[in-house]
Amino acid sequence: MSTMQIENVSRRSFLQGVAGLTLSFCLPALAAPAAAGKTAAAVVPFEPNAFLRIGSDNSVTVIAKHLEMGQGTYTGLGTILAEELDAAWKTVRIEGAPADASRYNNLFWGPAQGTGGSTAIANSWDQLRQAGASARAMLVNAAAQRWKVPAAEITVRDGVVSHVPSKRRLRFGELAAEASQQAVPVNVVLKEPKDFRLIGKHAPRKDSADKTNGRAVFTQDIRLPGMLVAVVAHPPRFGATVKSFDAGAAKRVKGVGDVVQIPSGVAVLASDTWSAKKGRDALRVDWDESRAFKLGSEEILARYRELAKQPGLVAHQAGDTDKAFAGAAKVVKAAYDFPYIAHAAMEPMNCVIRLSAEGCEVWNGEQMHTGDQHQLAGIFGLKPEQVKINMLYAGGSFGRRANTKSDYVVEAAHIVKASGGKAPVKLVWLREDDMRAGYYRPLFHHTMEAALDASGKLTGWRHRLVGQSILTGSPFAAMVKDGIDAVSVEGAANLPYAIPNLRGDLHTPKDIDVPVLWWRSVGSSHTAYSTEVFLDLVAKASGKDPVALRLELLGDKPRHSGVLRLAAEKAGWGTPLKPGAPGTRRGRGVAVHESFHSYVAQVAEVTVAADGSLKVDRVVCAVDCGIAVNPDNVRSQVEGAVGFALSAALYGEITLKDGAVVQGNFDGFPLLRINEMPRVEVHILPSTAKPTGIGEPGVPPLAPAVANAIGAATGKYPGRLPFVTAELRA
Amino acid sequence: MIQLNVNGKPQSVDVAADTPLLWVLRDTLGLTGTKYGCGQALCGVCTVHVDGAPMRACVTPVSAVAGRKVTTIETADQSRVGKAVQEAWRKLDVVQCGYCQSGQIMGAIALLSQNRKPTDADIDNALSGNLCRCATYVRIRAAVHLAAKSLA
Repeated sequence: MSTMQIENVSRRSFLQGVAGLTLSFCLPALAAPAAAGKTAAAVVPFEPNAFLRIGSDNSVTVIAKHLEMGQGTYTGLGTILAEELDAAWKTVRIEGAPADASRYNNLFWGPAQGTGGSTAIANSWDQLRQAGASARAMLVNAAAQRWKVPAAEITVRDGVVSHVPSKRRLRFGELAAEASQQAVPVNVVLKEPKDFRLIGKHAPRKDSADKTNGRAVFTQDIRLPGMLVAVVAHPPRFGATVKSFDAGAAKRVKGVGDVVQIPSGVAVLASDTWSAKKGRDALRVDWDESRAFKLGSEEILARYRELAKQPGLVAHQAGDTDKAFAGAAKVVKAAYDFPYIAHAAMEPMNCVIRLSAEGCEVWNGEQMHTGDQHQLAGIFGLKPEQVKINMLYAGGSFGRRANTKSDYVVEAAHIVKASGGKAPVKLVWLREDDMRAGYYRPLFHHTMEAALDASGKLTGWRHRLVGQSILTGSPFAAMVKDGIDAVSVEGAANLPYAIPNLRGDLHTPKDIDVPVLWWRSVGSSHTAYSTEVFLDLVAKASGKDPVALRLELLGDKPRHSGVLRLAAEKAGWGTPLKPGAPGTRRGRGVAVHESFHSYVAQVAEVTVAADGSLKVDRVVCAVDCGIAVNPDNVRSQVEGAVGFALSAALYGEITLKDGAVVQGNFDGFPLLRINEMPRVEVHILPSTAKPTGIGEPGVPPLAPAVANAIGAATGKYPGRLPFVTAELRA
Repeated sequence: MIQLNVNGKPQSVDVAADTPLLWVLRDTLGLTGTKYGCGQALCGVCTVHVDGAPMRACVTPVSAVAGRKVTTIETADQSRVGKAVQEAWRKLDVVQCGYCQSGQIMGAIALLSQNRKPTDADIDNALSGNLCRCATYVRIRAAVHLAAKSLA
């Protein structure tokens, strides 16, 4: 494993933490003058810290340490800095930071640089405000010196520094050279939220223009001089290896050059993508499957069901659960199954690597800078800092590019190495390669039991989970404590409801060799479903309204209650639903969940046809993510999360048959289409708390809200994802 | 050599006749705005116009478009409809990761070129073959309506 020293970072400060954040007020300095992307016009630039460059042409460049993979991260990071700088938003441009964890580490990940866990804005909030305010102070001091007036008399707005009494004004660019001579202030005053002009207002996305005219550059678009394209033959089962191969036919394909064996298969290198694909398809590989994983999903699930009959390792407990069940007037039981699921980003995984005398250079939708640097350094015998990474836009990730084993990056490196490092290589995974490469959201089985007393009060709660660990054996293994992988049980172990006696336990099978990984919202992608759908069964059994029961159990959780009340009110909870077409059944369902320190409640309205097919008509969302840096982007993320989660609830499933992945493309793994997208309303709770995540938290409540709406409409609460519509027939 | 007309320019390319138009655009001509997503006309990210009609470039052999007019996202702004669509997309900040949006926009332009006042059902019919993993569909729909309004 890499030498990445992030093992000691606690879970809270690692993936989710805003609590206990310690901020270094010593801002890292910008790189040596060789920093990329400088325009010729920007001579004598002002580079007060690692996050900002102001050119004499008035350009304001914010350096983003996090990947833009769709979540509006570049725009959000730019907004925070520009706010405190008082820059004119239209002059701000965003540039991806180089890989350098000494300056660009994720403050929630200790010394590692990377993007994930909905942390980009949250961990950058104080840092970028400080960076902007500090630069602003230097510009003000430079103006005060030039005009010989007190700094206190100087105002800044929209990139212009003014001294109103003497009617003098200078643009940032005109002060850049003098500002760079000023001392970096040790303490600066940050704005009061009431004075914000960009944060909480409307700052248009910085990537909209280039992403609507074809100019945005993704890894897939990179073409270097002399570059070869590699397409790889991968084994049909996880754990299989190359026994032998015949490259004869592949090499006869026009455009094909080298055919090389690598640890993960056989790579065909060609002058272009189509030739490489044709070469790969002509390749004959004999696989050694003696150590391959050969179980199917049904067999795995059957094993998990057996395991669930026995107690697992305790993840959380309170009170005396056995006593509560012994004295129960009524016991409610349910089980829930969740499949493996692929990320299926629209841009299949890919990576460009070039070896040079200085080291190696990577072009990638880079999500794990430090981990990838260490992996590549190991393969090429370099120092990590000799691995230069160009962070490009990623055509989606949803967790896939934050690979704990750097899988596709490592594969690209092995191809470069096996082909002698002669030419730069672009590794291209075709859709089928991407879908069958593993690193899925793990398959999980949950069982639930609730004890109700004679008055219908919920007195006991048992929750058992069975599924593979994502973190074991990864650089984040420190988050596995006493056999409990924190991300296996997140969302379940921190159940917000006040239930006097509860117990959650976990089985982590170690003999299932299917590569697994975080998938947008990680553990909450299944725990929110089991807990929230089961709670509706409890509500039904106790004759209580689902919203009322939740509010009753959320007594000491004001932020959960806040979003729940708002969503219920905006959705018209309690008012009758308009009937659907004859023969259809309609229902409304609710769910609330906290993930990544943000709180989201959703109310879904669903119409179920006589044949069991269903349409989600409307989803009302309420969100508390602290200060919404960019409210329109918060809405956009939650709208998208609704569609992403609905796609999973309706269709998302990777199936193994005898160990081989059945699905290969969007025919077998359908995604939600525009005609299936519900109306979505997003309501944001006003807040003065520091911003928390928004990339993921919209996902978890959707499937349970829809399932509860199905339950309200049909009386059947789906016990598995994706929904089996045949079970919902009238 | 196959003779093409791409974005109003004549091009001759020396590729196998079965090469999909997508890879000729991307790898031979360097027009990378058109994306690869599935290779089987299942996702629509490679949508271009051939003689004004939307086509999935990933399954269209280059020989099938010889002598026909191919238009890609790179020159979408050269038509009034294309410009209106791009402006609507920007006004509403439709994009997230952006990878599918060239295809979405080419699909929307084709729709609005035929139908200046599309209903939601018309939009569904025209764009249900264009997948978006970020699920920007709410805004795509709104942007098509906004573009229609600006063209009225």
